[in-house]
Amino acid sequence: MTTTDTARPRTLAEKVWDNHLVVEGEGDEPDLIYIDLHLVHEVTSPQAFDGLRSEGRPLRRLDLTIATEDHNTPTLDIDKPIADLTSRTQIETLRRNAAEFGVRIHSLGDAEQGIVHVVGPQLGLTMPGITVVCGDSHTSTHGAFGAMAFGIGTSEVEHVMATQTLPLKPFKTMAINVDGALKPGVTAKDIILAVIAKIGTGGGQGYVLEYRGSAIRSLSMEGRMTICNMSIEAGARAGMVAPDETTFAYLEGRPHAPKGQDWEDAVAYWRTLPTDEGATFDAEVFIDADTLEPFVTWGTNPGQGVSLSDVVPSPEDYTDPNERAAAERALEYMDLVPGTKLKDVPVDAVFMGSCTNSRIEDLRAFASIIQGQKKADGVRVMVVPGSARVRLEAEAEGIDKIVTDFGAEWRFAGCSMCLGMNPDQLAPGERCASTSNRNFEGRQGKGGRTHLVSPLVAAATAIRGTLSSPSDLQTAGEVA
Amino acid sequence: MEKFTTHTGIAAPLKRSNVDTDQIIPAVYLKRVTKTGFEDALFAGWRQDPDFVLNQPEFQGASVLVAGPDFGTGSSREHAVWALRDFGFRVVLSPRFADIFRGNSGKQGLLTGIISEADLERLWAAIDAEPGVSITVDLPARTATLGELTVPFEIDDYTGWRLLEGLDDIGLTLRNEDKIAAYEARRESWKPRTLPVQTSTAE
Ligand code: SF4
Repeated sequence: MTTTDTARPRTLAEKVWDNHLVVEGEGDEPDLIYIDLHLVHEVTSPQAFDGLRSEGRPLRRLDLTIATEDHNTPTLDIDKPIADLTSRTQIETLRRNAAEFGVRIHSLGDAEQGIVHVVGPQLGLTMPGITVVCGDSHTSTHGAFGAMAFGIGTSEVEHVMATQTLPLKPFKTMAINVDGALKPGVTAKDIILAVIAKIGTGGGQGYVLEYRGSAIRSLSMEGRMTICNMSIEAGARAGMVAPDETTFAYLEGRPHAPKGQDWEDAVAYWRTLPTDEGATFDAEVFIDADTLEPFVTWGTNPGQGVSLSDVVPSPEDYTDPNERAAAERALEYMDLVPGTKLKDVPVDAVFMGSCTNSRIEDLRAFASIIQGQKKADGVRVMVVPGSARVRLEAEAEGIDKIVTDFGAEWRFAGCSMCLGMNPDQLAPGERCASTSNRNFEGRQGKGGRTHLVSPLVAAATAIRGTLSSPSDLQTAGEVA
Repeated sequence: MEKFTTHTGIAAPLKRSNVDTDQIIPAVYLKRVTKTGFEDALFAGWRQDPDFVLNQPEFQGASVLVAGPDFGTGSSREHAVWALRDFGFRVVLSPRFADIFRGNSGKQGLLTGIISEADLERLWAAIDAEPGVSITVDLPARTATLGELTVPFEIDDYTGWRLLEGLDDIGLTLRNEDKIAAYEARRESWKPRTLPVQTSTAE
């Protein structure tokens, strides 16, 4: 059911694109692409709703739209009015707009409230072969299902609300081949940090990345989401993983997953989606999974990362003058001395959360390391589930108890310290091991210093008080 | 979006180059939740200065901004265009615009005309000679006329056409309404729907 030649071998991304062509652009014109799922949150939607209102336009497909509150929500005292005025206004505006236009919304206190990129998959709304957009760059997360998912700006949000389509020029495709087996303690987060360190924060610009290879195939859906989530940190618009049995097993039975004959039809179609033999990518990258180690960033962009067992690099290591200058600035901001062992770097805080790593499996991984331990003295440890549903699931498994016994804070769901739009922020100069996706200057609070890590590294760091991997615990005899 | 053919209004000279979007609208104003009402935010920093051009009585109600080169650089915030539009500007003339700003303008009905640096100097001189003078911007003819002085400006054909037709992005897409409806009619039934609401039971 596409307007282009389907006999030619195509990539996963091309197949999804072709399936969504409403109008094929002529010459220089963009294609018009249909959008299957529009996720809405409080930060980027108000002006879009306002635009509809002032032009007297309805929201075209309420049944393809869903809203939740995440960026500004408090993670404590969620039953009290939100103290920060801007945050409260944005959330109240979303509630008003949702009521006025008839949009389904999951507000604070609702079991399906949470980070928009956690909520879509958990409800079974995110599925292979669809297009997903949201006014948030980390929409790339949903590509883990073999969906084409990307972030859009506020005027595009309005465009999708009014037309359920977007005018788009096709993306280029890049294959990221990750083959081999991961060593124990090495996770999806380490793969993506290594990919970004390799291709750079601009390396993916203009591309849809397709993560392939045996190491990707063996990942859970949570792991694939972690990887696709950070495609944006490599400069790409979207990341994808071809759907397979892991995908179908994750989806089956979720509230909005197809049922009955629809399920059969869907799975049959989804099996046709993986990139054809002989299809060509515009670029290819190869990563050897066997050699990967737990990764950590030392600088102020996600590409400034090294193995945790390495030392803080020196600006002299860089031949490119721009990179050298960037490294100098980053080291100054991060207050790090070249040559220091990263494992000797002490932290003030550990943040376990964000749309990169706040799903149930992430919390389980974190809990498996801290269970029966006490956090290091003087380190603040915050655990923030990605959604209220994840929080409930974790509590049913006793993870909340493990967290609080450890001496960490167990919070309500939201973006929290990933960007510090709510009160969860670092103080100036504080250093944090964070499972989130951005280590920009001031991202987690003015003057705050962020090291991006996996949940396992976050847990080991919380125990030892310095950047650590789980293997450091074993050698120190701290874990039975 | 309003159609644009010709527009006559007071020309205000902004004798600065490299006016970035942070100057056009400082970040503190981005917290608002509306798409209109940004008139007070336009050049908020500079307007603190009583000598700033838009504070002068002659330029009250100005609707054509004649600005130095490299206008609209920096962050891609669409608010910059909203602020100019809300303040009453319909046209900005400059020798160079940042690409993203120019793209955003075309979508919001703000005409960005590219003039030569020599013509910029001529326009500024003519305005200096007669502050508060009106200028007529003729989109089909691609000219700006101020008294005896007529200067050409450039705008790409596509943006020019959209302004003439008064088509915003959405209006443009809705010309394909029938094709969208046809796509929806053949859209596979397994694809997701958020309604009716179904929620999971805790696992
Ligand atoms: S968790 Fe962080 S990256 Fe993810 S949507 Fe929220 S603010 Fe953005």
